[in-house]
Amino acid sequence: MISAPQFREIAYNGLWKQNTGLAQLLGLCPILAVSTSMVNATSLGLATVIAMALSNLVVASLRNFIPYEIRIPVFILIIAALVTVIDLLFNAYLHSLYLVLGIFIPLIVTNCIVLARVEAYAAKNDPVASTVDGIMMGLGLVWVLALLGGVRELLGSGTLLSGIEMIIPGTSALNVFGDDYPGFLLAILPPGAFFALGCLIAAYNAIKARLDASTRRHPPAPAPLEQPPGSAVEGAAG
Amino acid sequence: MSARYSATRTSARTAAIMLAFTVVFTALMASAYEATRPKIQASLQEAQMRLIDEVLPPGSYDNALLDDVANLPPTSILGLDDGGRVWRARKAGAPAALVLEAAAADGYAGRIGIVVAVGADGVVSGVRVVSHKETPGLGDYIDPTKDRNKASPWISQFAGASWRQVAAERWTVKKDGGVFDFHTGATISARAVSRIVGRTVAFAMANRDALFSAAPGSTLQGIQP
Repeated sequence: MISAPQFREIAYNGLWKQNTGLAQLLGLCPILAVSTSMVNATSLGLATVIAMALSNLVVASLRNFIPYEIRIPVFILIIAALVTVIDLLFNAYLHSLYLVLGIFIPLIVTNCIVLARVEAYAAKNDPVASTVDGIMMGLGLVWVLALLGGVRELLGSGTLLSGIEMIIPGTSALNVFGDDYPGFLLAILPPGAFFALGCLIAAYNAIKARLDASTRRHPPAPAPLEQPPGSAVEGAAG
Repeated sequence: MSARYSATRTSARTAAIMLAFTVVFTALMASAYEATRPKIQASLQEAQMRLIDEVLPPGSYDNALLDDVANLPPTSILGLDDGGRVWRARKAGAPAALVLEAAAADGYAGRIGIVVAVGADGVVSGVRVVSHKETPGLGDYIDPTKDRNKASPWISQFAGASWRQVAAERWTVKKDGGVFDFHTGATISARAVSRIVGRTVAFAMANRDALFSAAPGSTLQGIQP
């Protein structure tokens, strides 16, 4: 099972220290492609959370039956099967959102962050801790995606939460800058994603440097690490 | 070295495990597909109906529109390289309107897929863009959900355009001597949509009787280009 300090450690790693979008820089393909609006970005982020939690759970439960030599094809098979199921469920129950996210749901398979956590964490840890790790890593991606999507949508079209009616019928988008806002095309186009993500990473590094500096002045009692830091798959792209 | 760990035995065992995983997870996908199929079919029909309701007033016909569909063979004038569909609306058995799929190949960024609803008298009741890759924020006003002017989106000007009143060569933007407005700086998208709407209406009028009389589910033959 999982202890409270271990839970805190996993949550801290996933949401902040090893954040997939800002620190590990894995899974940039969906970050750049779907972050044109807050609802799209958050929805794909949540689909990724489900995919990561389920694949981590399944792989951790079956880890003693998977021979080391063929672990990568088996992991890919498991991830692809689970993502296919999620894709079918989206198609059946959230059809209009499915039409918007389209190709990006199946592409979660190729998002290397899913394989990275399966390989680096779920293959070596028990199912409960692995599921928590998948959820936390995924939520780390969700908040970055939501922030990025929100910033781009606000600058680009002057609205927030456009498309929310596809998820919650009867609600509507916030028109922040009014109808006369001329729009800022660059924020919506792909380069805008790079600029916005670059600024986010810079802010993240600045905050992190300040936090590290203040901990160096007041060092806390050393806590033993259960997981070696920086355990992401090296050299993976996408 | 015991026989248990020979190369042959190890690889046979690994292959069997891989096969077992493949079978189990393929079965999982197959059952998920079977379980969601009716719901997905219903969602598709619902989405189709919602689209048709946007271009054709639901009260203007009384037949089961989604079932009264004929297939068009590959038709170059409509941009349908793989064929398309035409729904026939009838009121008390008499022809009321046609809803046709078409595509413009001359958009700014590739194909623009549209549906056009045109009455039996040649009056367009609505046009919707169903797929496009026009520049976000610039040419994508052809899609009413992206148009800034929510009260009267650009695409709504086609409603009411009549084949009898607008000559064939004037189904284009005003810049080219046509009758339809466009947004300065993004003429290509508007021109592509206006011209394909004109070609679709011309096609529907030239083949009106054949389109209405084709058996549901059949593919039309011998139509005028």
